[in-house]
Amino acid sequence: MSKAMRDLVEVHPFMTSMNEESIELVSGCARNAVFAPGSLLCAEGGDADTFYLLRRGQVSISVHIPGRGSVVIETVGAGDVVGWSWLVPPYRWTFDARAMDDVGCIAIDGACLRVKALTDPSLGFALLSKVSVTLLERLQATRMRLLDLYGDHRVQ
Amino acid sequence: MSSDRTLSMRPSSVAPRGNLNDLTPIVHRVVERIGETNDITTLVLEPLDAPSMTFRCGQFNMLSAFGVGEIAISMSSAPGEGTLRHSIRDVGAVSHALCQSRVGDLVGVRGPFGSDWLVESASVEADLDPRDTIVVAGGIGLAPLRGAVEELVRANERGGGRVFVLVGAREPSQIVFRADLDSWRARGAKVSLTVDLATPEWDGRVGLVTTLLADAGFDATNSRAMLCGPEVMMRFTARALVDLGMDPEGILVSLERNMQCGVGWCGHCQLGPFLLCRDGPVVPYAGLVSQLLTQRER
Repeated sequence: MSKAMRDLVEVHPFMTSMNEESIELVSGCARNAVFAPGSLLCAEGGDADTFYLLRRGQVSISVHIPGRGSVVIETVGAGDVVGWSWLVPPYRWTFDARAMDDVGCIAIDGACLRVKALTDPSLGFALLSKVSVTLLERLQATRMRLLDLYGDHRVQ
Repeated sequence: MSSDRTLSMRPSSVAPRGNLNDLTPIVHRVVERIGETNDITTLVLEPLDAPSMTFRCGQFNMLSAFGVGEIAISMSSAPGEGTLRHSIRDVGAVSHALCQSRVGDLVGVRGPFGSDWLVESASVEADLDPRDTIVVAGGIGLAPLRGAVEELVRANERGGGRVFVLVGAREPSQIVFRADLDSWRARGAKVSLTVDLATPEWDGRVGLVTTLLADAGFDATNSRAMLCGPEVMMRFTARALVDLGMDPEGILVSLERNMQCGVGWCGHCQLGPFLLCRDGPVVPYAGLVSQLLTQRER
């Protein structure tokens, strides 16, 4: 692992408040990755062996619906995380993630990190805590959208 | 900000202002009708036999559709624009009648009423507010902010603070004032859009309007915000701005209740100790208002 990679991992918002040891362990499973506009970071049904810490660009999360094509459910950008299927069996992507523009990110080997998390409970807890925060934010955002705030609520 | 006025909430126990003239509609003629979306229409109005109205950004008028009823609608033009515009969403009997108005039809106008966004034009450059202004609008919520954004962009062109316009809509076809958004962007404002439901041709952001805050690029510790849209959206946006470091005193929200008289007489628009037709619609988020927004009303 290079120091440069460690520095990149350390400053990503996902790693905020993680201790030095955890940052070191996560960085050991990390590599730099770039995606051209339109290319897939992951595809529905594929093995979820990686997750991505976005550094620049926007990524669409989409699902293919027969008759409607690819429907974008959400977009995420710099500072966000793409993918948590690497953490939960059967480790399979449930959505497509596609670069909307030039995307720069840190790709983290999920299998590598799972092994480290199993042998180091403090890392495992730290990771689950961080993923929980992300999941909670997305869940709250989804709940808000379910309210259909801007919808046509007619009054007579 | 050029004005030395500060926004404070007056309790409703203060004797109401207003006089009988405030209750008399002034007849206006529809001189232009603009279809913004499938259910939002902008009416440009001119008085039949009265001087043009003087108003401030964020205030509202009571518009009458004769024979149908009266509703509160914020002005969607800037005071310096020279026209009186109202953008109306067709959601009920009165708004439907107004949206169906044609050029030449007559409508009643009472106003202007209420508080404003505090964005008066500064006469000298030294008075321009150097702070960033973050304008967050949801759906038709951009209408009461349109005039304010126009003033802010003009101020920015003269050396005032930067302007960030963040807009959320249900779907791309529900984004209002597209030409204005393009114009503001071309004149230096940072304009970001997001929708809840993407359509195949939409290649922009998808998600809550709050997701636009993180990478907008403003300095939250030296900025102010103006929020207008569904109340839940404003609540969550205000909280997110405070989490980013913004002073709650610098956050203004536009609230709406059942405005009827417009002058604080009838009490239909009461929110806690406030009468929003008079003490609002634009109020500071800090303090009592932030608490009232999370309480069940009786």
